[in-house]
Amino acid sequence: MPEQLVFAMEVSLNGLMTGVMYALVALGFVLIYKASGIFNYAQGVMALFAAMTLVGIQEGRVPFSHLINAIFGTEVHHLPWHSVPALFAILLTVGVMIAFAWLVQKVVFKHLVGQEPIILFMATIGLAYFLEGVADLMWGSEIRTLDVGLPQGINLVIDETTFNWFGYGFFIDNLDIVASVVAAILVAGLVAFAQYTKQGRAMRAVADDHQAALSVGISLNFVWILVWSLAGFVALVAGIMWGSKSGVQFSLSLIALKALPVLMLGGFTSIPGAIVGGLIIGVGEALFEFTIGPMIGGATENWFAYVLALVFLVFRPQGLFGEKIIERV
Amino acid sequence: MLDQVHETHGDGFAPEDQGAETLLEVNNIEVIYNHVILVLKGVSLKVPKGGITALLGGNGAGKTTTLKAISNLLHSERGEVTKGSISYRGERVQDLSPSDLVDRGVIQVMEGRHCFEHLTIEENLMTGSYTRKDGRGAIAADLEMVYEYFPRLKERRKSQAGYTSGGEQQMCAIGRALMSRPETILLDEPSMGLAPQLVEQIFGIVKSLNEEEGYTFLLAEQNTNVALRFAHYGYILESGRVVMDGPAKELRENPDVKEFYLGMSDEGRKSFRDVRSYRRRKRWLA
Repeated sequence: MPEQLVFAMEVSLNGLMTGVMYALVALGFVLIYKASGIFNYAQGVMALFAAMTLVGIQEGRVPFSHLINAIFGTEVHHLPWHSVPALFAILLTVGVMIAFAWLVQKVVFKHLVGQEPIILFMATIGLAYFLEGVADLMWGSEIRTLDVGLPQGINLVIDETTFNWFGYGFFIDNLDIVASVVAAILVAGLVAFAQYTKQGRAMRAVADDHQAALSVGISLNFVWILVWSLAGFVALVAGIMWGSKSGVQFSLSLIALKALPVLMLGGFTSIPGAIVGGLIIGVGEALFEFTIGPMIGGATENWFAYVLALVFLVFRPQGLFGEKIIERV
Repeated sequence: MLDQVHETHGDGFAPEDQGAETLLEVNNIEVIYNHVILVLKGVSLKVPKGGITALLGGNGAGKTTTLKAISNLLHSERGEVTKGSISYRGERVQDLSPSDLVDRGVIQVMEGRHCFEHLTIEENLMTGSYTRKDGRGAIAADLEMVYEYFPRLKERRKSQAGYTSGGEQQMCAIGRALMSRPETILLDEPSMGLAPQLVEQIFGIVKSLNEEEGYTFLLAEQNTNVALRFAHYGYILESGRVVMDGPAKELRENPDVKEFYLGMSDEGRKSFRDVRSYRRRKRWLA
């Protein structure tokens, strides 16, 4: 097999894995948008906040320690323990994200029922920066490494197999493989929840028609808290994966920007669409960089996804899997 | 003639309905939208158990607002009951959430059907059972009951509601309400946009649900002719006020109702222009 083709295969595979990582962030957007029509600008910051909270709990830090020390003149930084088991820390973080969802609903969106989408969108921008500030105040702004015991580094099995086949070993990161498996489970779980449970059905009903959902006795408040909690959970998963990969730092919140083209491609309202969109963007930008990139000076990854999304917008505005706007004639 | 009908206001309902328990009582309510727009200016009505009560009137008379005030769906449209009271079985209900009210047995079928477009017909029906806690068996039995009354829904149960016809959607919306096992159903404009034959069919089903299963109905309807044939008692609303009420039979015979709402008069058919000016004159005199 020609060498170039083998390289292209490796690049595509890695692109697929990156795509999964994008999709993880996009999923959170889809959940909230579908159920409440809110485009949640804060999704990226939620991933950051979840990752920081997880690291903080794991390391046994005292939240708001700077604030506490400044007010009371104390010197507390650490709780008596220094490493909390990962699973326990994750569960605690899930609790924090649920509490966050509840607060967001009580304090912000409960009072904005029936407002224009643009106003709700503005509210989420405010929320994003507020949450970023809270995260900073709560856990400090240092870069931290996140380790919940996920395998990292080159996968030797794939390396060896591909070496035997092509005479060239592929470099696939174990962490990316784990992320793909987790994403698959997450999507299957979310789809099953939406399709086959009572609350899932209520969630889809609310997505279709708020008023009608109210009229049959579905509590919008409860459904929205549920949806924000789910989005918080998805944010935590994305935060764990990205945090393990590149450290927990404030630039983590910018991955939300990479989720935008994924959403345009896959459709804002489709859970499987988020995954497929992520994969297409991931492979597309990797292959483009590999083939065309060298001719035009590289660094095409920064913009390729957006151009692809724009092209899609022209031909299929609802995205690949977006809900068709049902119009009866 | 107006006065004659009003005399019956005190004793309420047709003789056969006398003694029926009053389920829902709306007492002189006023509704304001957006803090400024006064839509209802003192509406009072009573809904007896086991009856079909009709709320009649033209566009913008306040029928829908009255129903939404009862089912507490006004809040999400920035509307508010500012005066008067609404009680169900003698208890004040106007501060309850819509889901509490569904729990107590009052459910609304909204104007324009409002089915969940992307859900299948069966999923739509199942959402009606959201507040129920009496187990899968009872819910499945009620689903069968709904399919018995609306065989058409059974045929289309796997179709997305958005792709079904207007009549099927209306059946779906009524069926969905039935799935909550209600006592009282507030039915808003069931005839809207449907062919006359379908309107007859839907009203026929409402009638048999009322007679066979004992559901109480309060229905808002522009189609006075059909509504008065199926209802027991009627209220006529005009710009946010009840201007006339009485047993359906009497309303049907009333010359003013005949002329304004049924389009008939003793002197034969009049041109619409005459009717309009007559109506205006009549209102000034009243």
